[in-house]
Amino acid sequence: MDERGAWRLALPLAVAQILFFLAPLLILAATSFATDENLVAFSHQAWADVVADGFNLRATWNTLRLGGLTVIATVVLAVPLALLHLAAGPGLKKVILLAAVLPLLTSVVVRTFSWIAILGREGVINNVLVGTGITAGPVPLLQTEHGLILALTQIEMPLMLLPLIASMGRIDPALLDASAALGASLFRTLRKVVLPMALPGLLAGATLVFASAATAFISQSVIGGGRLAYLPYLVWQQAMVVFNWPLAAALALTLMVSVIIVVLALSALGRKIADA
Amino acid sequence: MPRLLAPSDRPLALLILALALLALLILIGPVIVVLVTSFTTSQALRFPPPGLTLRWYEALFDPARSAQIHKAAGNSLLVAVTVAAFSTGLATAASLGIVRARARWARAAEGVFMAPLVLPGIAYGLATLMFFSWLRLPPSFWLLVAGHAMIATPFALRTVGASAAGLDTTLLDASASLGASPWRTFRRVVLPLIMPGVAAGAFLAFISSLDNVPVSLFLGSAENDMLPIRMWGMMESSLDVRVAAASGVLVAVAFLLLVVMDRTVGLVRRMAG
Repeated sequence: MDERGAWRLALPLAVAQILFFLAPLLILAATSFATDENLVAFSHQAWADVVADGFNLRATWNTLRLGGLTVIATVVLAVPLALLHLAAGPGLKKVILLAAVLPLLTSVVVRTFSWIAILGREGVINNVLVGTGITAGPVPLLQTEHGLILALTQIEMPLMLLPLIASMGRIDPALLDASAALGASLFRTLRKVVLPMALPGLLAGATLVFASAATAFISQSVIGGGRLAYLPYLVWQQAMVVFNWPLAAALALTLMVSVIIVVLALSALGRKIADA
Repeated sequence: MPRLLAPSDRPLALLILALALLALLILIGPVIVVLVTSFTTSQALRFPPPGLTLRWYEALFDPARSAQIHKAAGNSLLVAVTVAAFSTGLATAASLGIVRARARWARAAEGVFMAPLVLPGIAYGLATLMFFSWLRLPPSFWLLVAGHAMIATPFALRTVGASAAGLDTTLLDASASLGASPWRTFRRVVLPLIMPGVAAGAFLAFISSLDNVPVSLFLGSAENDMLPIRMWGMMESSLDVRVAAASGVLVAVAFLLLVVMDRTVGLVRRMAG
């Protein structure tokens, strides 16, 4: 394994990705400009349908909004938990890490299912609300956007928490003590010492959570239900129920391009902050 | 931060603690809810359950009543094991290539190899269906493996890559200068050193495939019915409480595997590192 020949070891993966990843995406793009799935005649009809139909545009907006709101919710909860991890002793550290990793290893279908039991008419939240008399009757939570965001917050939180814990782990504890010893308030220490170090993890987490929440087909269709239109469900419906493959391809590309734009914007933001 | 807080810092510290505990509750609560629900005597998903029973587990494990679930679980396991083998092999070779090459392109290549992690899975799943149907290939076991492996490989690449980056290259040079062939050096020196990363990577690739929805959604068929898709169907049509029992089994298996993988290869540390 001499140094000059070493690059050849990356060839099998590169070839596999070209054959089974890049090529399918090119066919997806070609199909969006075709008149049907046989790819013999071409038109821009599918794209015209995407742009002209307010329903598709609203679904695009809903999907991006869902991703954005999930990022905000996971940041609000995961940053404090990562701070607790930073301050905790070894035992509590382990508990927090296990709590972050276990949901990641249980199927998305299982995590989504557990939220039906929590958000349903006779679920945990409604039993508490009615039992304590906060509300007179059960509140609809399934098939609402806030119910879906709550579920996605749990489902996606590990993707925010793990990069945050990793980047905060690189903070030298002596820095925190020095900051406090020099009279900085906790708020000032968090803003001036912890936040700059945690930022790469925060941006990496935001990227993963956004991409994952925007494309969370099972959670969106089961918890969001048919009344909330999101792009992944429309893609599936057009491809497997309506069999309009060009439109399904155009919608899938709309989802992909929107997610890529947000991901690139986040990484540009990361570089800008790193340079400043 | 093991230091005394100034009194003026206490409100902020309490707020952080409260949010952190809420985050822990939101992370762990649903896992407990699904475990408890799987023992319910009720036909509906009532929580807390009116009584406890094993009837849903009995129904789930009954070969006659749950034949389709068993077949889907078998398919999913077989695909996941195959995917783990391919993904880990590809990721290990690529990681060693990238580490040894040291050139500027190596970092760029790593970025490209990780791309499947952030591209929307549903778009890729549809793309595989369109691609294979354009090639006139009917849905099959191996197409599912190929599609799953593309999404699973970045997970393996991350842990194997981290292990390979920590490899002391003078050991490889020493092995070579003592006359060992590259293959012998790999088997006797490199592999033992990066084994924990390889094992963690294989495990993550296995889990990624086992949980895969977007590719199975489009490439699955009656012949190759996959467990997550079957469970989704059971949740969508009539709320079948066997889903709770199946979830209970999956949670228990995930927990056991997590403990075993953490003891043997320090999985948790690798995922947060």
